[in-house]
Amino acid sequence: MKPATFSYAAPRTVEEAIELLEAYGDDAKVLAGGQSLVPLLNMRLAQPKVLVDINAVEGFDEIVEEEGFVYVPMRVRHVQGERSPLLREKLPVVSEAVHQIGHPQIRNRGTMCGSVAHADPASELPAVLMALDGRIVVKSGDGEEQITPEDFFLTYLTTSLQPGQLVTALRFPLLPPNSSAAFVEFAQRPGDFALCGVAAYLHLDEGGTIAEARLALMGVGGTPFCAEQAEAVLQGERPSAALFAEAAETVSQEVDPDSDIHASAEYRRHLAKVLIPQALEMAAARLGEER
Amino acid sequence: MVIPVETATITVTVDGRPYTATVEARKTLADFLREECGLTGTHLGCEHGVCGACTVLLNDSAVRSCLTFAIQADGQEVMTVEGLAAPDGTLHPIQQAFWENHALQCAFCTSGFLMTTYAFLKENPNPSEEEIRETLTGNICRCTGYQNIVAAVADAAARLRGEKHTQPVGGV
Repeated sequence: MKPATFSYAAPRTVEEAIELLEAYGDDAKVLAGGQSLVPLLNMRLAQPKVLVDINAVEGFDEIVEEEGFVYVPMRVRHVQGERSPLLREKLPVVSEAVHQIGHPQIRNRGTMCGSVAHADPASELPAVLMALDGRIVVKSGDGEEQITPEDFFLTYLTTSLQPGQLVTALRFPLLPPNSSAAFVEFAQRPGDFALCGVAAYLHLDEGGTIAEARLALMGVGGTPFCAEQAEAVLQGERPSAALFAEAAETVSQEVDPDSDIHASAEYRRHLAKVLIPQALEMAAARLGEER
Repeated sequence: MVIPVETATITVTVDGRPYTATVEARKTLADFLREECGLTGTHLGCEHGVCGACTVLLNDSAVRSCLTFAIQADGQEVMTVEGLAAPDGTLHPIQQAFWENHALQCAFCTSGFLMTTYAFLKENPNPSEEEIRETLTGNICRCTGYQNIVAAVADAAARLRGEKHTQPVGGV
């Protein structure tokens, strides 16, 4: 038996799940897809006393559009996000990011909310949430709140989630007219943890200049990184290869990645510089398609 | 409140047959298949979701059985490599293609590759080589160098589409 002993509960409602999380506090862990948690259990790096399995909770398994937002509830698996006609049509950036999470077997089981709650610095969705100005919907006995990525992701594998709180959905705003987004990453093989990734959002005004740009990077620190200086470079300018190259140069100065066994800081900085124009070009090309 | 339990009696339908056992909550589906069902065709390599050797189908989708607890599969359907061949032992076209293309050497990883391929070809009966390679990234083989596995999956796809007849086993 690989994991240490634990007790297991499979509540049928979100209220029951929260009740369990409140009762057991720090001793409890939420089990969703298990693709990040179970390796930690098998290696005994985590030894929670109670697992609260949310797979039997009724509902929370369909991506829905509501009043200008797309909600991805907590039981939605990556494969659903990858194939969702709604996401593919209205927020293709989310589908293309999810497609790059792990391998097919992992995407069949892992959940999008679970990936966000795990907060691996090499994970795709935190950066996409940041670039799209999305929210993490968190429920507890005190009610529901919608948290910004900036407030939610604290550092490596650490979020603002408190005992008794449960991520019940991700909320993505639908893109306004004249805006688009794209995601690119570099991993040594498909499915490997990415060394660096970029989510880019562009919003043009009627004259064709960039009214707002948002750039979020993954793999260059403990949390998704918002490249504010490069965003400022883009703002008020017309999209062009030269402008995107300037933004990339700014990003490579702006990020401060760590070296680890997978890549040196210098290499991650280089990847950021290479990926920024790719993401921006892709977003810009999508704007062209809409016209 | 729902009371957490350390053990539970569960029934899982494996390859069409129900298996009932009392298991600890921490028992993985892989260990359940091997130890409770006696189905040792499912292999365990890394036991942390990297190698793909333990791939089985849970309700028709390929999953890593080392990252799912048996208790989560209570009341559900699992298909293992033992469910591939016909009852009389005739190999499944995917198995036959692996054999004929020399897509295995030590064979430790093979059941995982077979189950991944089975799920993949159901959804994508006519894949490109690139799609085959991308799908197989979730399974590690340390012997073959993958070339023959990729060829076997393409060959199996052709057989399942009815474009190629399976040769009888044996002979030369």
